[in-house]
Amino acid sequence: MQTQHFFIVGDPLILGADISIILVSAAIIFVLTYFKKWGWLWREWLTTVDHKKIGIMYFISALLMLFRGGVDALLMRLQLMFPNMNLLESEHYNEIFTTHGTIMILFMAMPLIFAMFNIAVPLQIGARDVAYPFLNAVSFWLFFFGALLLNLSFVIGGSPNASWWGYPPLSELTFNPGPGENFYILSIQISGIGSIATGINFLITILKMRAPGMRLMDMPLFTWSVLSSCIVIIAAFPVLTVALFLLFMDRFAGAHFFTMTHGGDPMMYVNLFWMWGHPEVYIVVLPAFGIFSEVVSVFSKKVIFGYTSMVVSLLLISVYAYFTWVHHFFTMGAGADVNTFFSISTMLIAIPTGVKVFNWLLTMYRGRIRMTEPMLWTLGFIVCFVVGGATGVMLSVAPADYQYHNSYFVVAHFHNVLIGGTVFGMFAGMTYWWPKIFGFKLNPTLGKWAFWLWNIGFYVCFMPQYALGFMGMTRRIYTYPDDMGWTPYNVVSTIGAFIMALGFVFQVWQIVYSAKRMDRDVTGDPWDGHTLEWSTTSPAPYYNFAVIPKVEGRDAFWKEKKKRSQPDYKPEKRELKPIHFPKNSGIPFIMGVCFFIAGFGLTFHWVWLGVIGLIGVAATLYARSFQYDTEYVIPVEEIKKTEAALGRDI
Amino acid sequence: MHDDHSEKHPGSTVSYVIGFLLSIVLTIIPLYVVLNHSFSNMILVYVIMIMAVLQFLIQLVFFMHIRESEEPHYNILAIALGIIFVFAIVAGSAWIMTFNSQVQ
Repeated sequence: MQTQHFFIVGDPLILGADISIILVSAAIIFVLTYFKKWGWLWREWLTTVDHKKIGIMYFISALLMLFRGGVDALLMRLQLMFPNMNLLESEHYNEIFTTHGTIMILFMAMPLIFAMFNIAVPLQIGARDVAYPFLNAVSFWLFFFGALLLNLSFVIGGSPNASWWGYPPLSELTFNPGPGENFYILSIQISGIGSIATGINFLITILKMRAPGMRLMDMPLFTWSVLSSCIVIIAAFPVLTVALFLLFMDRFAGAHFFTMTHGGDPMMYVNLFWMWGHPEVYIVVLPAFGIFSEVVSVFSKKVIFGYTSMVVSLLLISVYAYFTWVHHFFTMGAGADVNTFFSISTMLIAIPTGVKVFNWLLTMYRGRIRMTEPMLWTLGFIVCFVVGGATGVMLSVAPADYQYHNSYFVVAHFHNVLIGGTVFGMFAGMTYWWPKIFGFKLNPTLGKWAFWLWNIGFYVCFMPQYALGFMGMTRRIYTYPDDMGWTPYNVVSTIGAFIMALGFVFQVWQIVYSAKRMDRDVTGDPWDGHTLEWSTTSPAPYYNFAVIPKVEGRDAFWKEKKKRSQPDYKPEKRELKPIHFPKNSGIPFIMGVCFFIAGFGLTFHWVWLGVIGLIGVAATLYARSFQYDTEYVIPVEEIKKTEAALGRDI
Repeated sequence: MHDDHSEKHPGSTVSYVIGFLLSIVLTIIPLYVVLNHSFSNMILVYVIMIMAVLQFLIQLVFFMHIRESEEPHYNILAIALGIIFVFAIVAGSAWIMTFNSQVQ
């Protein structure tokens, strides 16, 4: 391969990215060396198996990816703002909508929910860590290096351009000979292994590591939502892995699973992709439902309305998510019987979600509502998600879908549920658990600005797109003539996108400002919370709980606080014991690097490099398999010292 | 740590090896009959399916220790769910893809 094809330098936008990547990398290396922080970085972060730190790393990566995907979105909206724009060429536009979708779903939404899993679940169930801390670190580094591989495609070799779903035959070698699609397949495969491992890890954590006394039906609803989400991850992600593996065999080894000729069937890929793709949207939205349930209950000062029906509808959705996938390709022409079945199943899945909406509303009813930032995101979500859900039911009607299919109506719909559901949900979770992670609240004024800019920007951006869909504007077109009558709607839509971008700027400002100016949270319970994560200090010590709490029923910490306020309350004598704790390990990071090398080699068909990388992966697995000394004991003295330093007397 | 494990599953190395060999045999059989076109297409499909189901059972018994768990109710629930999902994937795909025979 020639150098000018290897390093992409032709486009000024990409050249700018090249230069900024080099500058930022140089700056990071300089700062780390100047302040002698390499050892600190390795010991505290790169080798950590602490779920809280892994959660923070997921969170930072997800915000960076939100920025990258957001810039893609702004470029697309600028290109579409006026007819016959020349900002992006068609090829470049294709690449940008592909990376926007891939990044936003797989490298922004997924790590963001995993950040919340890691930050909140072990603390909520009164555990000291997840079931498999080492595997948790492996998951993170596989995600991280998968994301790095995909982002590298922008400057080396060329980005994928067959959309985030990579349908054949367009993604096959015949029509897409460059390395772009290989980047897409391999980066998702690598991070997908991590996702499956996270699903297994948290399922086992929730089933096996709950504090004594906490029955399944005593668990906080966020934990329930993570459990449901994990069930879907475990069941759905392998399907994507297989589909992408077969596609890779087509491209790499000359197989014919999805080709147009030699008995291949491209529609089988579409079928397999959505068998993962539809459950995937539930994977990312169920944890958001869980967060809203926590937030609504805490900030209305009430227990959640209809706990049992919440749990049942979460579990129903997690199983039911598996039976609706065909609504993504009604127009394939599978016949009336198939379409009717999946049409009805899609309409039915709206019912458990509807139940949840009513439960949230009834929890607020006659509650003492505090309009904090997490609560604002929750209220914004309810309105936004109901609109998105209603248009979803419109799309579920198979005959009508022939009209909506592939139009901007669909674009507006899924942004409505994904931004309104997942993104608002994760922002609610971020502002809610921020004091628990970092030890200080986020500034509420800047947060409210961010909320209103996001919320207003959302409607300004996407409501016109529903209209554009009806007016016949199809997805993925890179420009349009001026006599279509679409121009005013596109102008408004682009303005909305920039309002949301401004909202993001406010969030970054809020984080930086709060880190400097906001008071430390010394109580550990800044919101008057109901669940166990608020019973420990903020931020929680690395072992989470000096003494594992005993749980009696739901909202354990709230009950505990009520008990404490009684006049005849006598604090129980709690006895400290030495804690067994997992040692840090560099293996997950090295394994991630090896996967990255293998992925990069296979992308360019450099088999030798791929083999070297895979040998490295095998070596790390081997090294770990024969490592027996993986734990150490924290003595009682050290626990006492740590607790005293955090201001708690034991 | 290590010693505890080998006490819990006596002879597990043997069962892993047996399971591994059986899995290889069950993979080679369908590959062989398909590469040689040993039977008609319909029979080939059935042979692959039967081998897949046997492979599934071997995985459960030899690698996932389905008979050795202390809390069998989790297992049964998980397997029931797994079977529902596998049924959705296989039967669903077969049903949806019948359109292909009408088109061609």
